Amino acid sequence: MRLPRILALLVGLFLALQPGTAFSVTPDEVLADPALEARARAISAGLRCMICQNQSIDESDAALAKDLRVLVRQRLVAGDTDEEVIAYVVSRYGEFVLLKPEFNWRNALLWGTPVLLLAIGGGYLIVAARRRRRVAVGEIAALSDEEKTALAQALKREA
Amino acid sequence: MVEIGHFALVLAFALSLVQAALPFIGARTRQDRLMAVGGPVAITAFAMTALSFLALVAAYVQSDFSVLNVWENSHSAKPLLYKITGTWGNHEGSMLLWVLILTFFGALVAAFGRNLPPVLKADVIAVQGLIGAAFFLFVLSTSNPFVRLVLAPIEGSDLNPVLQDVGLAIHPPLLYLGYVGFSVCFSFAVAALIEGRIDAAWARWVRPWTLAAWIFLTGGIAMGSYWAYYELGWGGFWFWDPVENASFMPWLAGTALLHSAIVMERREALKIWTILLALLAFSLSLLGTFLVRSGVLTSVHAFATDPTRGVFILALLAFFVGGSLSLFAFRAQSLQPGGLFQPISREGALVLNNLFLTTATATVFVGTLYPLALEAVTGEKISVGAPFFNLTFGALMVPLMIAMPFGPLLAWKRGDLAAAGQRLFAAAGGALLAGLVALLFVDGVTAFAAVGFGLAAWLLIGAVTDLVLRAGIGSVAPSVALRRFAGLPRSVFGTALAHFGLGLTALGIVSVTALQAERIVAMKPGDTVDISGYVLTFDRMEPVRGPNYTEDRAYFALATEAGRDLGEVISSKRVYTARQMPTTEAGIATRGFSQVYVSLGDPAANGGTVVRVWHKPLVTLIWLGALVMMAGGTMSLADRRLRIGAPARRKVKAAAGVPAE
Repeated sequence: MRLPRILALLVGLFLALQPGTAFSVTPDEVLADPALEARARAISAGLRCMICQNQSIDESDAALAKDLRVLVRQRLVAGDTDEEVIAYVVSRYGEFVLLKPEFNWRNALLWGTPVLLLAIGGGYLIVAARRRRRVAVGEIAALSDEEKTALAQALKREA
Repeated sequence: MVEIGHFALVLAFALSLVQAALPFIGARTRQDRLMAVGGPVAITAFAMTALSFLALVAAYVQSDFSVLNVWENSHSAKPLLYKITGTWGNHEGSMLLWVLILTFFGALVAAFGRNLPPVLKADVIAVQGLIGAAFFLFVLSTSNPFVRLVLAPIEGSDLNPVLQDVGLAIHPPLLYLGYVGFSVCFSFAVAALIEGRIDAAWARWVRPWTLAAWIFLTGGIAMGSYWAYYELGWGGFWFWDPVENASFMPWLAGTALLHSAIVMERREALKIWTILLALLAFSLSLLGTFLVRSGVLTSVHAFATDPTRGVFILALLAFFVGGSLSLFAFRAQSLQPGGLFQPISREGALVLNNLFLTTATATVFVGTLYPLALEAVTGEKISVGAPFFNLTFGALMVPLMIAMPFGPLLAWKRGDLAAAGQRLFAAAGGALLAGLVALLFVDGVTAFAAVGFGLAAWLLIGAVTDLVLRAGIGSVAPSVALRRFAGLPRSVFGTALAHFGLGLTALGIVSVTALQAERIVAMKPGDTVDISGYVLTFDRMEPVRGPNYTEDRAYFALATEAGRDLGEVISSKRVYTARQMPTTEAGIATRGFSQVYVSLGDPAANGGTVVRVWHKPLVTLIWLGALVMMAGGTMSLADRRLRIGAPARRKVKAAAGVPAE
């Protein structure tokens, strides 16, 4: 019965990794000042819960996410700007914590792809349209003898 | 029964090998008899797969825990519906559903492809057979659902509670019908490349298949979105989760394909591009399958992870994507370019649509895979989440949406942008008005959100404008306009409906994003909370025992501010006994197109319960819009020129160069 034991282990692991269902921001975390709280929420939505699957700390109920939320609020209350709070969190947890990666050379491909594709695609379309127009004009100029005869016949029929 | 199912699966694999080989050889050597083998074999392969699938369903219904897969994912106390849907609520079963749908499409081509040119039909069926053979091999060698346990356990370990929902009955089958539906387009594209030519029948055939796959995929994604919205308990409708992206990429590519196929069908232009898109749409489906099934990404969809499976699917992916793209590179030059057109024309508008949609696809692609690639190359870990996608994808959608109403108003070959602009005067006015009204009269609307409302209005009115102009409403006598309206081709209605649906979805997204309200409170029975003109009163909490779970059920009374009673909202916290896993069941009250969403949390410090309440204005439009898009697709599918089928094969080889006009 080796297989079931491994499976039991896997199932256990699976359960251990499951998120609970209690949710994220609890009433005791909420700041009294609505403007400050709104800023805290906006910042939280952009920070990743490090142990979750693609969740921001604003959505996650993990203990670590709660710690981070409280940390963000502490910094805000201490008078940090949004940028300072984010910089502080990144300095402690690394860039992995940012859901929107930094705008730097290492991420050039990530940020550049849409712009690059639009530019290449758009450029190609413009060039192709120009070339096609030239070709079309050229074709109209060069009516072959065969076509001339066909045209003449058609006109004769019409008359 | 289980062994019969296993045997049928092996038989289906063998049949797929035959289906891949014989018609292909027949088509190359022009032997009619060999080519004719394909059809019946494809239908038999489907029958065998269906038998195999039914055997697994039967094992689930009977709770036959001597089958490993059933033991892992089922429980005797589970309601019958979830016993059935649990069949595909796990890796092995869902792959069996995948091949079932694949062979289903193969059988459809065989059954309804009578008027296809025989060589094309044989090649299409052969390519379908090859895909089938590869995936049957995958299922049999790495993901066999029919493996037995030596000693049958008495009780199963139950299905993941999150999946115990009607959503599981609808979402995966629809999604797979969409994913796998693109395999037909793929097979048609490969068949065209093998022969090195595309005739009129090709375009006529590919468009309905694309439409059908697109309709299913739209439904599957929308259903998945709504399911996540009500099940996960925090009221989000789209998370830009890698798994969602995996289904969204084929949708974007499929939408592009849908539009380029129109150009190809009507004007014989964009042939090479359409072929490439057909290859890409299915390649992205395969990529999605790889991402979800390999365990590269961990999520609720990755039921179990096993490296051998990942390597196997990666090999399949490399073979089909690499193979088809090589064939494309090798053959593309031999395809003749089609009709010419001016940049400002219907074709031009559709090309613009394709440019933005493919860029959007690539953006989602890079965003999803960049963290994986970066970590593999440099070992650095970064995250790419919702803020990145909202910014980049959103920026790409704005110009696309601005351009959208122009498309149907431009003439083929050479359009008049100024005239189209003039006709869209009403839509522009409406959009401006909507933006201004939102900005000035609705609380909490920023300038950014006002632009969003304006864009949604622009799409909605723009879609209607096309119909109004074509019917001549307002410019001819009402009776004439009515007659004209009724006589419009269904594809025109299809376009207008689909574009209108997108407008509805956009309106829902903008509205929820800009105007949603949220309250997080600790409540005791008798407490009330005000939100967006509603008053929610916590009535009582009761323990309830379900068939395979226990729950704490909270009853709330919803009323207007004036005190008018709007009925009860029930929200609960469940614990599924077999897995001891908790879930939240959100309480949702729908008012018009808006919803009040109530979700329960942990006990609060003051002895009450933490309750999270949202008001989500116009939220249901997000999914209703998708339904309208599907209706548009269906309408288009019913258009006469698709109904009457492909035209007979031309005697002369497709006329070279420009069709004289």
